[in-house]
Amino acid sequence: MNWIAIALTLKLATLTSLILLVIGLPLAYWLSFSRWRWKFLIESVVALPLVLPPTVLGFYILVAIGPHSPLGRFYTSLVGHPLPFTFEGLLFASMLYSLPFAVQPFATAFDQVERRLVEASWTLGVSRVKTFFKLIIPLSVAGVVTGLVLSFAHTMGEFGVVLMVGGNIEGETRTVSIDIYDEVQALNYAGAAKTALFLLAISYGVLLAVYAMNRKVWALWPQK
Amino acid sequence: MIVDITKSFPGRMTIDARFAQTLEPPTVLILFGPSGAGKTTVLRCLAGLESPERGRITCWEDTWLDTAAGVRLPPQQRAIGYMAQEYALFPTHSVAGNIAYGLGALTADERQRRVVEVLTLLQLQGVEHLRPAQLSGGQQQRVALARAIARHPRLLLLDEPLSALDVPTRSKLRGELRTLLKQLAIPSVVVTHDWEEALALGDQMAVIHEGRVLQIGTPQEVFSRPLNAEVARVVGVETVVQGRIIESSNGLATVEVAGTKLVALATEESGSAVFVCIRAEDVVLEAVGAGATSARNHLVGKVREVSSLGALVRVGIDSGFSLSAIVTRSALDDLHLAPGVAVVAAIKAGAVHLVPRRDGMATVTA
Repeated sequence: MNWIAIALTLKLATLTSLILLVIGLPLAYWLSFSRWRWKFLIESVVALPLVLPPTVLGFYILVAIGPHSPLGRFYTSLVGHPLPFTFEGLLFASMLYSLPFAVQPFATAFDQVERRLVEASWTLGVSRVKTFFKLIIPLSVAGVVTGLVLSFAHTMGEFGVVLMVGGNIEGETRTVSIDIYDEVQALNYAGAAKTALFLLAISYGVLLAVYAMNRKVWALWPQK
Repeated sequence: MIVDITKSFPGRMTIDARFAQTLEPPTVLILFGPSGAGKTTVLRCLAGLESPERGRITCWEDTWLDTAAGVRLPPQQRAIGYMAQEYALFPTHSVAGNIAYGLGALTADERQRRVVEVLTLLQLQGVEHLRPAQLSGGQQQRVALARAIARHPRLLLLDEPLSALDVPTRSKLRGELRTLLKQLAIPSVVVTHDWEEALALGDQMAVIHEGRVLQIGTPQEVFSRPLNAEVARVVGVETVVQGRIIESSNGLATVEVAGTKLVALATEESGSAVFVCIRAEDVVLEAVGAGATSARNHLVGKVREVSSLGALVRVGIDSGFSLSAIVTRSALDDLHLAPGVAVVAAIKAGAVHLVPRRDGMATVTA
């Protein structure tokens, strides 16, 4: 088993789901509470990684953060080296790739919070931000944990995007799934099997935890 | 309070409400109307939970809404206590937690003191550690009220405060609610579709129908002197007079109204001041000297006026107090009813509704 790849993958998945928690909660709140009529445009963009082939997504991210794009140039001028084929580049790509897996469970949970409770909180003089932390989050704990866990698990197993954006650099961008691919290419089936089993065990364990906590089938998309 | 707002919803009727009402501290203003009339929307606009497209709301010296000037005060800044129809208690908090929820500006000590104060006022001692789901309907209503008043709001907004309760609890709590609203010395706006509730709770009453305010006045005034046929149809009760129960036994009560005695079904104690309410369609007119009927009340009076309602006719009768009856045109002809003609109005005991009113209502002098 390639422990370096496993450690790297765990680090990537943890950081991705934590960043998605910070970005995803306000985004999901907006998706759930906004009455803006063009909201569906944003909803579709958030859901795009669900249907797009990872190579396509990876290609666009690669172009977007490459040395010829404004974003890539800006990053290079800031840190001194380009973003693609680094851990940070991989993190950025993973974040976009796993976005719907965090935002959709969050938004579904927020949709199920009764609006009259939220309104009651507002009329009691409690600001929107405080209402979010005092009332909405406690009522949505299951959905928030589901989103965290799903984005973690999804990042653990990503392949196409990693290959496109991160390449295959030991200790920097070689994740577990790339490692398995390499082992198979080298006809080392025993090594691939061990790592694959490890990934399977983690994925299954994570889903067990989610289902056990929710005790009902979760919807990936808001039901309303 | 001055309200002048327009709020439309796609595919539904437009709310176009205008009224002005002084709200001296314990005034209870009723927003009365059938369901779907737009009362709740008006109340939500007052609370700042709905945003009208156009209009102004001023409450005392504060402007809550002025679309022309771009002022839209959020609910947090209106110093109101709002109680939603099904109470909207927080399932994540205990009773005490619900009451303390909006008291974040106080220190822990002050907050604790205020919670105990409000618990005592609403007789909720002993249930403060329970969750809302563990309470009876009446207790939930009191917790919701406790939570709404805990912050010392300047105005209470109550949406159908009693409709989530079963009927016996409702009539019991109606009187308690009135006493409490008076005791709190906070003006309140109460939405209801129940005319008994409107009479029992209200000092002033605005009739709302299809999004518009049709009439505003004391409940008795609005019921007995509707401004036009539309109001009369909405309120549905034509005769509302003050009376006093002089005898009560076996579920039957004798009420004295302006020197006339009426028999009604009631369980209130004798001596209680009540509103006596009679629907015009429940009043049967007979020629003087007709034989005995099963109706318990036979009032001799004189026809005061006759007005047409199409196939039906409204007959105003003076029988010590003024009474309205609705009869068919043929009955009018058979009985030769015209102003000045003597007639007997027969009313079954079950059609005489008594609405008790707690606080020392003046005895009737007629």
